[in-house]
Amino acid sequence: MADVQAPVLGEYQVIPHIQPDAMAGSKPYVAKPDHNKPLGFPGELVENWEQKAVAKLGELVNNSRALQVFLDSCVKCGACTDKCHYYLGTSDPKNMPVARQDLLRSVYRRYYTLPGKLFPSLVGARDMTKEVLDEWYSYFHQCSQCRRCSVFCPYGIDTAEISMAAREIMDSVGQGQKYCNEILAKVHRIGNNLGLPGPALEDTLLGLEEDVKEETGIDVKYPVDVKGADVLLVTPSADFFAEPHIDGLIGYGKVFHAAGISWTLSSHASEAGNFGMFVGSSENLHKVAKRIREAALDLGVKRIVVGECGHAWRVAYSFWNTLIGPFDFLDRRYPVPQHICEFTYDLIQQGALKFDKSANDDKVVTFHDSCNVARASRMGSMPGGQFIIPRAVVKASVNKFVDMAPETIFESTYCCGGGGGVLTDELIDLRVKGTQPRMLALRDVVESHGVTHVAAICAICKAQFSKVLPYYKFPMDMIQSVHGLVSKAIQLGPVNQ
Amino acid sequence: MSAMSIIYALLFYVATFIFVAGVGYKIYVFARTPQPLKIPTTPAPITYTGVALRMVREVTLFESLFKSNKWTWLFGWIFHLSLLLAFIRHLRYVLTPDNVLWPIINLELVQTAGKYAGYAMLLGLAGLLARRFVVDRVRYISSPSDYLMLLLLLTIAGSGLLMTFVSHVDIIALKGFVLGLLLFEWQLLPASPFLLIHLTLVALLMIIFPFSKLLHAPGVFFSPTRNQRDNPREQRHVAGWSAQIDNTKSADAG
Ligand code: SF4
Ligand code: SF4
Repeated sequence: MADVQAPVLGEYQVIPHIQPDAMAGSKPYVAKPDHNKPLGFPGELVENWEQKAVAKLGELVNNSRALQVFLDSCVKCGACTDKCHYYLGTSDPKNMPVARQDLLRSVYRRYYTLPGKLFPSLVGARDMTKEVLDEWYSYFHQCSQCRRCSVFCPYGIDTAEISMAAREIMDSVGQGQKYCNEILAKVHRIGNNLGLPGPALEDTLLGLEEDVKEETGIDVKYPVDVKGADVLLVTPSADFFAEPHIDGLIGYGKVFHAAGISWTLSSHASEAGNFGMFVGSSENLHKVAKRIREAALDLGVKRIVVGECGHAWRVAYSFWNTLIGPFDFLDRRYPVPQHICEFTYDLIQQGALKFDKSANDDKVVTFHDSCNVARASRMGSMPGGQFIIPRAVVKASVNKFVDMAPETIFESTYCCGGGGGVLTDELIDLRVKGTQPRMLALRDVVESHGVTHVAAICAICKAQFSKVLPYYKFPMDMIQSVHGLVSKAIQLGPVNQ
Repeated sequence: MSAMSIIYALLFYVATFIFVAGVGYKIYVFARTPQPLKIPTTPAPITYTGVALRMVREVTLFESLFKSNKWTWLFGWIFHLSLLLAFIRHLRYVLTPDNVLWPIINLELVQTAGKYAGYAMLLGLAGLLARRFVVDRVRYISSPSDYLMLLLLLTIAGSGLLMTFVSHVDIIALKGFVLGLLLFEWQLLPASPFLLIHLTLVALLMIIFPFSKLLHAPGVFFSPTRNQRDNPREQRHVAGWSAQIDNTKSADAG
């Protein structure tokens, strides 16, 4: 995809004029029967899919208050129109949140509301046709389900919910997306998104132990399937092999080592990510999450800690108790689940960890708030802890920290451009354009404060940054794991024993 | 009893019935539809009090809209506030002097505010309409019904203002008509073209309310991203399909 051009970064963020159909050609590969069937979806587009899609829509609306309220309440005020990074980066009006919702709302209005049945063109109602389906397929895969729009909508309308519903409807008639469905099938079969089997995982972890021993001279363990360990760590599988993710995993191990808390990974639940959310399928969401409950019970752990992954943390924090609770078999003196940043932060507060921040003196670091952590979860006991705690962990590890512009962080953070199931090569054009607002904010702190690195706590953010940074003339290793920074600065050895 | 009076009396009974039944039904639908997962837009309040405050800020100050777009906020807020003031002023047509609210409604301040609110309403609506025409993004998302809704409200406000400031209506007779409706003792409706326009459009507004985007009024209170507490770890939330989940079977097996 050499022809992909990054947008030019201007002086400041401009709201572009609309360019209809600018991204009409962007769509991911359609899933094959092999990808769909293990998920319980029809292999390919079924007969009578129009009626079936409309019926499914009705069923979903009846079973989700969010959907029902969101579809009925939008007043077309336009407040959300300039809030989506994909609109800002592509100028395609169908990437404005309300216009994206309208792709589905128009069908809802046609079949489930009186004015839509009587006067379709007056209220923008449309029949379910092949053109509509194609539009859905294209534009509901140009939404990273980042929820930025929901912050700014006067009724809290969350386009992510609409995208999930649309994808579920498409899956239910056999029009699935290859990237997500192939990955989900791997999790069901093997236990992680990579399809990394148990023995390969063990090898990888042994290799890590050797590397850390070489680097520090200390025997830091990276255990897997250890029964009776205190903590089960569930982390995105990208942490097992990709850069800079793996530095984060090394960091988690060092924190556990320094704190003297026994822990283990699980080969059965070797994935924190849960693409069931991206495709909007409650069955798949539940099925993927269930592996974690099974692993925790099987290993007899007391606590569950979740590694650096944005949507995984949303699923874990917001949904696990519902999906795989109650957690009465775990030690309730600790939050269930606990984020690795909360875990490290607590230890820092107790003075249980020692850092040599100067180990990171070659860096000036900023922090990218990942959407799902920022707008769909919390850390600690205070609202907003999800912003404070990871920054506190970074600041404990580095001397030089700078935040990006306030309108681009915290609850207003811009998506990396790769979330929500679009982190696939055929969507690279969308991903490069969609990251433009984030890159602009980053460029500003690079120029004004000499920022050299951006830290994140999301596997998708890290993979996306590595890929898109070069398009904007930044080095790809500018992106760091928060626990990669921890790993560099943390002091192991007798002090902590 | 003129034919006109009978027609308008019937119109208002029908409109009121559709409005009350329609909105009531929609509220029932919102309330009965389960929300299986926790999806508050965070940072979100942890307590019920916090949620109540968030909701109060949302419906009185339009907090999210303020964060979002200052012009839309300004015009929208002016419109809704003046609608409220005008509504309060209109209560004098339905309340009798023995009502507890009467002294408040009859205050000079309340009546004057309601009177001039008509102009503010026009201003707010005109601003919102202008945005629909001028801003290309908003034009793109507007359907004919969105323009018509604003025109409807503008005409209601305009005809009301004309009656207040230009062509006065016999308000004693009007009050007689309205009270007659309430007591099922029909009275004559004073003949005035502006009044007929005003009343027709208000009835129309009531009729389309339950089928249109005006449902945002009850909708906002049911929006899960705004009305849920952020406490999924502390308290297990189940509803709808998630209430069907029973993990104890796998727990026993494990
Ligand atoms: S959820 Fe994010 S990506 Fe999707 S429409 Fe809203 S702002 Fe855009
Ligand atoms: S901000 Fe909300 S109500 Fe306004 S157009 Fe967007 S989705 Fe609709």
